[in-house]
Amino acid sequence: MPSALPIADPAPLDGLLPDSVRQGAETRAFGVYLHVPFCRVRCGYCDFNTYTADELRGAKRSDYAGQAIAEIALARRVLERAQLAPRPASTVFFGGGTPTMLPVTDLADMLGAVRDAWGLVPGAEVTTEANPDSVDAGYLRSLREAGFTRVSFGMQSAVPRVLATLERTHDPARIPLVVAWAREAGLEVSLDLIYGTPGESIDDWRASLDQAIAQEPDHVSAYALIVEEGTKLARQIARGEVAAPGDDLQADMYELADAVLGEAGFGWYEVSNWARDGAADHRSRHNLAYWQGHDWWGVGPGAHSHVGGVRWWNVKHPAAYAARILAGESPAFGRETLDDETRRVERVLLATRIREGLPIEALTTQGRTSVAGLIADELVDARAALHGTIELTLRGRLLADAVVRRLLAE
Amino acid sequence: MSPRALKALEPAATDPAFIRNFCIIAHIDHGKSTLADRMLSITGVVDDRSMRAQYLDRMDIERERGITIKSQAVRMPWQLGADTFALNMIDTPGHVDFTYEVSRSLAACEGAILLVDAAQGIEAQTLANLYLALENDLTIIPVLNKIDLPAAEPEKYAKELASLIGGHPDDVLKVSGKTGVGVSELLDRVTQLIPPPVGDPTAAARAMIFDSVYDSYRGVVTYVRMIDGKLNAREKIQMMSTRAVHDILEIGVSSPEPVATKGLGVGEVGYLITGVKDVRQSKVGDTITTAAKPATQALAGYTEPKPMVFSGLYPIDGSDYPLLREALDKLKLSDAALVYEPETSVALGFGFRCGFLGLLHLEIVTERLDREFGLDLITTAPSVIYEVTTDDKKTITVTNPSEFPGGKIASVAEPMVKSAILAPKDYVGVIMELCQGRRGTLLGMDYLGEDRVEIRYRMPLGEIVFDFFDQLKSRTAGYASLDYEPDGEATADLVKVDILLQGEQVDAFSAIVHRDKAYAYGVLMTGRLRELIPRQQFEVPIQAAIGARIIARESIRAMRKDVLAKCYGGDITRKRKLLEKQKEGKKRMKMVGRVEVPQEAFIAALSGDVEKKDKK
Repeated sequence: MPSALPIADPAPLDGLLPDSVRQGAETRAFGVYLHVPFCRVRCGYCDFNTYTADELRGAKRSDYAGQAIAEIALARRVLERAQLAPRPASTVFFGGGTPTMLPVTDLADMLGAVRDAWGLVPGAEVTTEANPDSVDAGYLRSLREAGFTRVSFGMQSAVPRVLATLERTHDPARIPLVVAWAREAGLEVSLDLIYGTPGESIDDWRASLDQAIAQEPDHVSAYALIVEEGTKLARQIARGEVAAPGDDLQADMYELADAVLGEAGFGWYEVSNWARDGAADHRSRHNLAYWQGHDWWGVGPGAHSHVGGVRWWNVKHPAAYAARILAGESPAFGRETLDDETRRVERVLLATRIREGLPIEALTTQGRTSVAGLIADELVDARAALHGTIELTLRGRLLADAVVRRLLAE
Repeated sequence: MSPRALKALEPAATDPAFIRNFCIIAHIDHGKSTLADRMLSITGVVDDRSMRAQYLDRMDIERERGITIKSQAVRMPWQLGADTFALNMIDTPGHVDFTYEVSRSLAACEGAILLVDAAQGIEAQTLANLYLALENDLTIIPVLNKIDLPAAEPEKYAKELASLIGGHPDDVLKVSGKTGVGVSELLDRVTQLIPPPVGDPTAAARAMIFDSVYDSYRGVVTYVRMIDGKLNAREKIQMMSTRAVHDILEIGVSSPEPVATKGLGVGEVGYLITGVKDVRQSKVGDTITTAAKPATQALAGYTEPKPMVFSGLYPIDGSDYPLLREALDKLKLSDAALVYEPETSVALGFGFRCGFLGLLHLEIVTERLDREFGLDLITTAPSVIYEVTTDDKKTITVTNPSEFPGGKIASVAEPMVKSAILAPKDYVGVIMELCQGRRGTLLGMDYLGEDRVEIRYRMPLGEIVFDFFDQLKSRTAGYASLDYEPDGEATADLVKVDILLQGEQVDAFSAIVHRDKAYAYGVLMTGRLRELIPRQQFEVPIQAAIGARIIARESIRAMRKDVLAKCYGGDITRKRKLLEKQKEGKKRMKMVGRVEVPQEAFIAALSGDVEKKDKK
């Protein structure tokens, strides 16, 4: 079951934005997120906004690209009406669901619509998520030809038993194949991993890390498995069929990941993301944009957007989304306009999680008094703090929420 | 079956010969309220349509717990033969904490229905109240209730009752408040057997207050039984304990809604309203007379309520302190036994030290503070009054472990109680073991019928307030019942055990215990806290100490990881709401030094209700 949307003000049907979004726009990059809410099957742990064929209530996958393109046209009008100086997109990210369930021509058309609406900056990062079993060499070549620069594969684990618990259907043997095809096509490669799956041992996890590194990807994401309410996994745990992942083991796994990835030449840049070191920057700029407070338009059912201190999110179900688009209305469901204090809180919350860190001057006087204690508790890097930045230590990354709470203490 | 009386007797002009004043003595859950409701509908004072289940129990808490805290009196007409009678049913609290209130209610009656569940038999508190009733020379009508239950054993318990109060098992009436079977016969018997009130109608007025209830619209409503003379509407009355004079704004009877009358005559039961706003100005047991022609002698039996159990009440959110003060000030208006004074705790901040009649009273007050005033509170472990004599011969009264002197102590005296426990005979062993473990001295044991036993112990009250009743219930599968009464003081080798978190003393967990039990208490509390306090960002040692000597220790390992959630496609709002929720959660934490202790941990550690903390 997809998770619930936040509660806030209703969004206006015309989707128009207040003039305030113009403020400081020249300092923010612009990105586009395209949500593709389809999956062949739903994995037991997943609470993302995605739907299998049975759950679509009449919405058609084949109509989807056209609807997304209509929202892009609406987005362009709304941003123009807000008199925002036109900014070409720095990053485009297709996420899901499973974007690669759509024909590659659909993805190409959607990217084309982004390009037509705003253009792309030179060297723009254009990523799609992909399931290892939903792409082949031809598909990946076509992505590159359409202008994609990067693909992020949902590898999750190299251990069949762990994949089975997660209900991932791909064969781990397929990972080397799809990575090689992506490389041949000229795409950067990221691998997504999950750790702390019920029944996964530290050795299982080490095997997955080794396998991932052996593919020589440009980027690795490693997320702790979170048991989300309403998922099949949560019910299995509640019934005692599987054991909930333990915090200490997950902490061990995170530390192992950081050590193994570090040794293999990957550096962390966000709590759960590592990029290959070297001359080129392999960090995901789209991912960073979320933490850095840039602007992005989220297209598609349930997608979230942020433009100049206004956050909004679309209706969740593809059928509801289709109806809004068909009626010429904004698909936005709820929105919130951040006040100064909320923006400040968000900045601390978001910037603390990235390696670039948070300038200490962004803290309140009260927040600054917490810094010494955080250094003493080895949660914040002393050297960086002395140079005016909050940068998490390894221990601090594991306790990032606690650090943020202390920095925001009133 | 007697018909409903066609015309009720006029209050203030009723011949005492046609008045019957009675109460119902029963244990919680034995169906007193249901029976009372049935009487209201059979006598026609409440029509069936407006019948609210358990009409007499007004407060929500009472309704939910099925117990009666505040008694009231209802006047019901009843026809027997050619005569019409006025039956005054006086509701009594059924709990040991309110023994004094019970005794005053009994003093307002000439008879009592002894109501016993036909599936459970008599319980210790009922027995205690029965003794009180017999001491007051009340006529007892034994009744078995719930005979409709499949588990009912009316023959067995009829024998038990007959052996207790004398008479034949056949004399025990068998009724069901639920179905109404036998209730009319019971009302007939009340009319036939209970003697009419006897008083001097021409003497100076003397009315005994048996209950005093605060009503936010009307002020204090005082329930009285006229012993001698007469009170009239708009008369000036005088409280004999304080000599305070008030105007009667309204006088009347409950049936069961209040009905104003011209007055109350000798032997009658009713209420009066004077406009006072605090039940302390209209105290249970006090005698009311008229200002114009005051009586010279107050009625016997009046005593000031005396708190026996003390506990600190602290708001979880420190900014609620003024609200707590206001709430206590308001509760005091309706609760003459509640006493409190400001107190400061290092761990818990600002709060109040409150005195209660007993544990139930404590529970009722804290529940009302929560429910009626929305206050989230931490309640410290209940304590009793210790008299500590130091080597230099000073005596200090200690109601809070933090007041326990640190220097040389010559002796410590603690309050003692005489307790009576009633249980099936199979449980005698476990009960004796429990009481012995609680420093009890056996006073005696009697068989009650074939298979039930009354066991009497002299015990320190401090042992009873700490988890005794729960232990008793759990060791006897819920069968045992308990009653106790104060029985002087005794000296004992008592010490104060402190609990330290990361070296900081948590005053809320300090306890005064017997030296032989200090180690056990230390191990118990440190173990509980280890389970209850969530892991922190650092290791937390937990210690128990007598003075500077550590007697037990535990530690909580450092937390290593919190939620490393993915940012769901840029759903920053969700992330921020999570942070807000966490911060909100932190507000409900109390800081002990650097250690965050959730309020639940305090409550659970203090109540002994330890479930493993969420290890996540």
